[in-house]
Amino acid sequence: MSSFEIFWNRVSNPDTAMSILNGLKNTMIIAVFGLLLGFIIGCILASVLIMPSNNIVAKVLKRIADLYIAVFRGTPMMVQLLLMHFAVFATVRIEPVVEVSLIFGFNSGAYMAEIIRSGINAVDRGQMEAGRSLGMGYAATMIRVVLPQAIKNVVPTIGNEFISLLKETSIVSAIGLADLTMVFKSIATATYEYFIPYIALALIYFVLVLIVTLIIKLLERRFAKSEKR
Amino acid sequence: MKRDNIPEVENTAECGRGNRLIDAVSPQEKPVVRKKVKGQKFIKTQVTPVEPCDEKAMLEVQHLTKSFGELKVLDDISTKIYPGEKVSIIGPSGSGKSTFLRCLNVLEDPTDGYVFFDGKNLSNLKVDINVERRRMGMVFQQFNLFNNMNVLRNITLVPVYVGLKELAKTKRHNFFIKIANIFKKKQDKKPLIPIEKTKKSIKEEAEANAMRLLQRIGLSDKAKAYPSTLSGGQRQRIAIVRALAMNPEVMLFDEPTSALDPEMVGEVLSLIKELADEGMTMVIVTHEMGFAREVSTRVLFMADGKITEEGTPKELFGNPKTERLKDFFSKVL
Repeated sequence: MSSFEIFWNRVSNPDTAMSILNGLKNTMIIAVFGLLLGFIIGCILASVLIMPSNNIVAKVLKRIADLYIAVFRGTPMMVQLLLMHFAVFATVRIEPVVEVSLIFGFNSGAYMAEIIRSGINAVDRGQMEAGRSLGMGYAATMIRVVLPQAIKNVVPTIGNEFISLLKETSIVSAIGLADLTMVFKSIATATYEYFIPYIALALIYFVLVLIVTLIIKLLERRFAKSEKR
Repeated sequence: MKRDNIPEVENTAECGRGNRLIDAVSPQEKPVVRKKVKGQKFIKTQVTPVEPCDEKAMLEVQHLTKSFGELKVLDDISTKIYPGEKVSIIGPSGSGKSTFLRCLNVLEDPTDGYVFFDGKNLSNLKVDINVERRRMGMVFQQFNLFNNMNVLRNITLVPVYVGLKELAKTKRHNFFIKIANIFKKKQDKKPLIPIEKTKKSIKEEAEANAMRLLQRIGLSDKAKAYPSTLSGGQRQRIAIVRALAMNPEVMLFDEPTSALDPEMVGEVLSLIKELADEGMTMVIVTHEMGFAREVSTRVLFMADGKITEEGTPKELFGNPKTERLKDFFSKVL
């Protein structure tokens, strides 16, 4: 039997097929929820970072945000995963997928904060001034005028973040969660055939990233359209 | 230059009233400003005491000083602008004209001195600056239309926002009255505040008003267009109309034609002139000498952060007194 046939026999087994699908589902859940949570955390952190710091509360919040970003960007994702899983979440019983999504969300939030902050800074200062001069408050102008433009600015970068998040999920096998990589690893070790399963795995990730890229492009085009009508 | 004395540059996105917290602003008390200087805690600096303001004046400026670090942009400026006046501010670039205008609605925090709008001290943190700004229209050199909204939304955004906010406030008020009424006897019960508007009617009213204003400038067919598709002149006229939608009592123009192509200057100036003829109070920073001469009732010539000369356009253009102004005219006229 050729190595491809061995692999195919293995994969065509309904149990294995199901576990691959399950792994794909886990990977996607972690990536998507990680992105969403990261976006929310990023928005909060970014709004703290750009807040005018004229009172003590703002200053304290700013320090906290700085610390958060420094910690989550300064340590490897793998280390965070191990630390969170075996120390922080060790006593808490939650669904492993949810737990890992949270960890990825926390990590991605730190990066997202900087992305969104740069997006807000890229919006012309005049927009804020115009809103304020008409008599809208800081927060109202931010939400209605500046943030929509900022988000439009950062769609490509957030897409980038999503792609790297999607690929980074492959490390969750370190804590024994059955994601795509874990499933293929077990196929490979069961058959002692490494080349074909890992090539297939790489192809699956590649196709996923291609799809994501396509979605980002569509989104970008849509956003660009809304300005030129 | 002493490095210690340079104030820490804060995030400027706050648009005014951030670095200057005034403890006392009544004429009796000595005003103190808390300011943060690098390396030190808050230091208290004495500022000019408040003088009683002229009640007839729409805008009154008292000893306005603004410095960016060591650079003094405005130096002890005092003037009054009465209702119906059209004041032009001319002067060489870098003389602080724009900064002066921005200080008038506190987009820029004055370092010292006060601006009174309709008898209210705008440096007083108890005065809600957003409410006051709604009565002052501001037009920018770079138009600053909201890029993410179409023209109609640009104009209706703030009126709708303000309307909805007030509606919510009234509703909240009524709710508390209702709760208080539970504990009161029948004859003591407070009546509810009547609500005549609904969310929909506020929106429709604002839109009708916006369309009327757009019709006036002949751009009603552009209501659904986005700002990026319009020409500079159209954008600036819409920016003016956007400010007008709030029914302001005074309009501040910050070089409204400086970023325009020469052929579009005319349409914007004629709109401003129309407003002037209707009796709107205006402050115009401009480089268009002919326009300043034609429209304004008073011209201020600013140089080096001071009002060097002021008077009616006839006096100033016909018979400039100071050397500085003569020199300026010889260059621009």
